[in-house]
Amino acid sequence: MRWRSVPQRLWLTVFVGAWLICMGVPATHAQGGEPLTFAIRGAKVVPVSAPPMENATVVVSRGLIAEVGNDVKVPPDAWVIDGKGLIVYPGLIDGFTDVGISAPAQPGGEGAQKQQPPPSHGPEDRPASTPWRNAADEVNPADARVETWRMAGFTTVVAAPKGGMFPGQAAIFDLGGERAGDFIVKSAVAIPVSLQAPGGFRNYPGSLMGAIAYVRQVWLDTNWDTQADAIYAKNPKGTTRPKYDRTDAALAEALDKHAVVLIPGNTSLQIRRALRLEEEWKLSGVIYGGQMGYELAPEIAAKKVPVLLDLKWPEAPKDADPEITPTLRELRFRDRAPSSASALEKAGVKFAFYSGGITEPKDILPAVKKAIDAGLAPDAALRALTLSPAEIFGVSETMGSIEKGKIANLVVTDGDLFEKKTKVKMVFVDGRKYEVREVLRPSEPPKGDMTGKWNLKFTTQQGEEEATADLVMESDGTLTGTVSSNRGSGSVFNGWVSGEKFTFTINLEIEGGTNDVVFTGTFEGSSMKGSIQAMGYTFDFTGSKPPAAMAALAGGAQ
Amino acid sequence: MKITAKTCWLLAGVCAASLSVSPAKEKSAGFAADAPSPVILIRNATILTVSHGTIDKGDVLIRNGKIAAIGGNLKAPDDAQVIDGTGQFVSPGIIDCHSHIAIDGNVNEGSVSVSSMVNIADVIDSDDISIYRDLAGGVTTANILHGSANPIGGQTIVIKLRWGQPASRLPFEGALPGIKFALGENPKRSNFRVPGAQERYPATRMGVEETIRAAFTEARDYKKAWDEYNKRLAAGEKNLIPPRRDLKLDPLVEVLEGKRYVHAHCYREDEILMLLRVAKEFGFHVQTLQHVLEGYKVADEIAAAGTGASTFSDWWAYKVEAYDAIPYNAALMTQRGVIVSINSDDAAEATHLNQEAAKSMLYGRMSHDEALKMVTINPAIQLGIDKRVGSIDVGKDADLVIYNHDPLSAYAVVQKTLIDGRVYFDREKDIASRPALEKEKKELEEKLAKKPEPEKKAGEKKPEEKKTGEKKPEDKPKPPQAQLGQGGAQ
Repeated sequence: MRWRSVPQRLWLTVFVGAWLICMGVPATHAQGGEPLTFAIRGAKVVPVSAPPMENATVVVSRGLIAEVGNDVKVPPDAWVIDGKGLIVYPGLIDGFTDVGISAPAQPGGEGAQKQQPPPSHGPEDRPASTPWRNAADEVNPADARVETWRMAGFTTVVAAPKGGMFPGQAAIFDLGGERAGDFIVKSAVAIPVSLQAPGGFRNYPGSLMGAIAYVRQVWLDTNWDTQADAIYAKNPKGTTRPKYDRTDAALAEALDKHAVVLIPGNTSLQIRRALRLEEEWKLSGVIYGGQMGYELAPEIAAKKVPVLLDLKWPEAPKDADPEITPTLRELRFRDRAPSSASALEKAGVKFAFYSGGITEPKDILPAVKKAIDAGLAPDAALRALTLSPAEIFGVSETMGSIEKGKIANLVVTDGDLFEKKTKVKMVFVDGRKYEVREVLRPSEPPKGDMTGKWNLKFTTQQGEEEATADLVMESDGTLTGTVSSNRGSGSVFNGWVSGEKFTFTINLEIEGGTNDVVFTGTFEGSSMKGSIQAMGYTFDFTGSKPPAAMAALAGGAQ
Repeated sequence: MKITAKTCWLLAGVCAASLSVSPAKEKSAGFAADAPSPVILIRNATILTVSHGTIDKGDVLIRNGKIAAIGGNLKAPDDAQVIDGTGQFVSPGIIDCHSHIAIDGNVNEGSVSVSSMVNIADVIDSDDISIYRDLAGGVTTANILHGSANPIGGQTIVIKLRWGQPASRLPFEGALPGIKFALGENPKRSNFRVPGAQERYPATRMGVEETIRAAFTEARDYKKAWDEYNKRLAAGEKNLIPPRRDLKLDPLVEVLEGKRYVHAHCYREDEILMLLRVAKEFGFHVQTLQHVLEGYKVADEIAAAGTGASTFSDWWAYKVEAYDAIPYNAALMTQRGVIVSINSDDAAEATHLNQEAAKSMLYGRMSHDEALKMVTINPAIQLGIDKRVGSIDVGKDADLVIYNHDPLSAYAVVQKTLIDGRVYFDREKDIASRPALEKEKKELEEKLAKKPEPEKKAGEKKPEEKKTGEKKPEDKPKPPQAQLGQGGAQ
């Protein structure tokens, strides 16, 4: 091997460089020349809103679907694509994610510069609330996931800022375009609510009941503000001026635009609570989570509340304490969660899938397949990835199915979408064609197994730091897992081993934004070394597996 | 809240529940909310009515969830289920006046000194295995309280332990809601300080009093603002901006209006008297004093205020303010005319409240019947639910416990626990159900453990093998209501 004589550092640069080329932004951008009209001829077309059509033609023109059917005239200026052996589906929609938002949050107003918000002493301090953040203002076309999600068949995401009880407003993004503005399909479609209390004993709220009380107070205040403002506007003289509140104002404005409110509920207990709160708050609510839907789909159906179903199915935590055995209820949950989709479908609940905690887009459709194997009809699964989310977020007029006049968001495959061997051949986003090319993979079989727990050491400006990487290497060299340190933890993506070389990336919240942290290096046996790249900085790191005796002990106790 | 849990009372009756899988829950989960409850006749048992003595060889007839008849040789209707009570004892369901079970998330909203905006009712966890363990200890009703980190804590709720029912079906219908107050070391955080960390006000007993006064002064002003607004609105004034709803003050106004009970955690005589004085001044009633370990020193004052006392049998010295506790507290307060109950404050303690009550027969020479009252009718009176529960009387809810011995005996083990005339715990069925549940657990463990293997080997070539879809006859979806507690089934 020639590169073995090349210094380590140089090789790394080459490797990372190659990596960026194959994984990064420019890999599969819209084709040069930019034809405005395409015709996919002689393909199987699955419009979702109508039965599938064999040997059909779809004409895409100026961003929209111009024609679809068996007897369609191909315009003379069209770029004709032979659809033989191909299947055309509507572009898939990820119903709730933060893909496309990875720029650091830059709220314009008060508190923008503060690193650590002051402790909150009550609801009036509006803890962990930034509902004025709007995903539409925070599009980052350079987010690597825009590309990877699109390559997995997702043309559209419902993206929301992350963090806090009112993290901000969700917007619908089409995953294509050159400028941020090209991405926005609709802004302020949803207000996600989280009931994760940020506080503990020093910060209000520090409990679940505190979080519920807080959100309840905010809705009351939002209504009160609207009412008080209207009365004041009519008769300002002689009336005490109602106080302006940024949180309430942003929420009132979003509700005015018919944003739905996303309420968390994954277990039966949480789902029932979400249904109760939805009714109490008199808002147009959507439950997200839904994985114990198999227990109470009819109850959800009776309340006519839609569900966003998390595709990150529950599983045993990695590195669980072997002394703690899961309860029977937990085991049943892990076993049955994927059957929630079919239960919701049968009960008549409107539901859509979302990627949830899945970090590798290639894992999304296999997760849907689990729901299909647990009883969900494949056409219902497809609907939950296309037309249903479009309906839930009020954009079914323009997307979610292959119909004349709708946005030309299409995914073209060489087989059934849910078969593992099927490949996405091309994707149309807003009528632009994106080729999907095979990712260049490191070609050598891995030398050794990187699977296991690694202790990583590195030095940053802040001094010496440590992290743990819990990695799983598949036989083809694919790396997955998690990396955690006191800076936070992230799931591994874009991870590969080739020979003794490896690379993997995690997303970390740094200074308010999601950032890629790229690890590259070499490993041998139970030690590794290499470099970490994050936010333009590079640090060296070393890593080691804890002594085998400890690992054996942990294993033996099971 | 106490820090330590007693471990010396793990008796046979508790062990029945320690496996913590419940056939009863699976079954009860199937109760349609409005399905008629069965007609049940408990025959030939010793009936401890609490309200009117003990009936030897008596029968209890249950219909529509209520006690329909009590006496000897009652005729069983044809459709009745007959429970043979020969040699067994029937007592009213045990009522725990101070419990923290079945709460999802933190028991304390400890960030603020007045956390009255939070409500335990929002976070009732109907899946908490402690509910089932309580049932196995004969508890049928519990007062679920917010923790004691704040002078004025969160809103509280009385629930019936209807295991298997959704959280919305647990609240005791018609029971007045409450609010937790706390005095002394917990709200002033004296045992929980982190060196260097900023302290939360108040840090002294003086500050605790001031916090309560300030909150009620604020609540009074708030109420006044609303009264005035409503008056002006009624007078036809236009363009009025209503006062802003404040979820922190709403429940305090309810306290002032007598629509919400105050349950006050306290230890020392001085703070007890302080609260009774503040309550008098602001015109509200303290419904119960909780723990109240120095209550025996000021029993007359407590009795005069018409305030109940809910205490421990013999649990003390876990912090400085608990040093002056004596096991005679319950008996002494009872002698001075205070309504006294014995509570658990702890999930394990709750499973043997009958024996906790019995200790006062030793300490203070309390009579058998007086002792039993402390976990039945007395807490019912304290919670304002004595018209419904707390004794075995015709017309009351059929919340009953069947024991193999007198419940105040150390040998007593709960055989069945009924709520609203339905069996929610059945020791025999519990034991019988264990092998099947253990088998299911083992099978699931094996099935789920196998899963990642084919995926790994298959790589890119083979479609992923599907385990979830394979339906063996025995893994038909069942409502997974039962739960194995940590360490259970081993």
